[in-house]
Amino acid sequence: MSFELPALPYASDALEPFISKETIDYHYGKHHNAYLTNLNKLIVGTEFEHASLDEIVSKSDGGIYNNGAQVWNHSFYWKCLSPKGGGQAGGKLLEAIVRDFGSFDAFKEQFTTAAATLFGAGWVWLSKDSSGLLHITKESNAGNPLKHALTPLLTIDVWEHAYYIDKRNLRPAYIEDFWKLVNWETPEGLYV
Amino acid sequence: MGTLIKDLQFDELPYTFEALEPYIDALTMEIHYSRHHKAYFDNLQAATKGTEMAEMHLCELLKNISKYPVAVRNNGGGHYNHRLFWSVMSPNGGGLPQGSVAQAITNQFGTFESFKELFNNAAKTRFGSGWAWLCVKDDKSLCVCSTPNQDNPLMDVADCKGKPVLGLDVWEHAYYLKYQNKRPDYISAFWNVVNWEEVEKRYLKAIA
Repeated sequence: MSFELPALPYASDALEPFISKETIDYHYGKHHNAYLTNLNKLIVGTEFEHASLDEIVSKSDGGIYNNGAQVWNHSFYWKCLSPKGGGQAGGKLLEAIVRDFGSFDAFKEQFTTAAATLFGAGWVWLSKDSSGLLHITKESNAGNPLKHALTPLLTIDVWEHAYYIDKRNLRPAYIEDFWKLVNWETPEGLYV
Repeated sequence: MGTLIKDLQFDELPYTFEALEPYIDALTMEIHYSRHHKAYFDNLQAATKGTEMAEMHLCELLKNISKYPVAVRNNGGGHYNHRLFWSVMSPNGGGLPQGSVAQAITNQFGTFESFKELFNNAAKTRFGSGWAWLCVKDDKSLCVCSTPNQDNPLMDVADCKGKPVLGLDVWEHAYYLKYQNKRPDYISAFWNVVNWEEVEKRYLKAIA
């Protein structure tokens, strides 16, 4: 079985001016696509040749994990953004955020700090555990919460390639713009 | 034996921002030196100020880095690595090494080309952020390896230990403005600016 690149859920210029078309063209068209191509090559003849992407992320390691998790992470990241995004979470998710972090603003601050201080390349996640409690975690490189039996709800990519064309060294400016694009429907739908 | 951490200066670049064009562009050099390197330098000072670490030499600290806070590992490594990186490049660089290090490379790796291939491979396959190195091990032999983030082979936490004589930064910030996702093109370009005289100096010091 071979994996395919999922279509972007919007046009490549849809997130402007916060994330440029040029960034999306490289990020989706080159980086995401390269992880997918590598994954499809690496799984041939292994126990993961017919596995689902979730299984690969949960059970593999080494090159298969790095590329498989990067495919998973990027596909999910696109769904966490929307040209109609921004604002704040609603419904049951908002209730859980207030319950576990005190307020929406306190959650946002904690997530922002995690994203700003992750050293090197990686991802910051909001996930829920099996009892429904929310967690913010920092993961280096391709790290994905499925590996730790958590269900990912929201993510931000803090590899430099996610923001270097638009923001250069200013990761905090990228994080600030990220909040203007968050598609809350994704984590809201996954929380229930 | 060098300067105490508290007395370290943020040294000037040994050449202008545009000096390494077209291999490394002026904008990348400017941001890399004035923003990224400067931040590591400032954060190292902030993380060591008023502590016993400020009275130590950076190399000494790096050798025992597992005993110190992670901010010192990241920023101390970041300062050391970038300072080395600027010194091993030059607008008059490129070509082939000469002298003792050339001989040592041939003895260790067979040919310069096979060394280059090993180094390229270490730089290409470092997943995420990090550095590729040529270093001198305790037994004075050479080795090629890579380390994640701002670690380096001087650190006790490194998988490969030795004294670095050549280093290549493969964080995306080192090449993204000019090469974007094409890290291999950046690695190929790097060989045109390698300052082999500096590598030779570092090699002689490492085996002394």
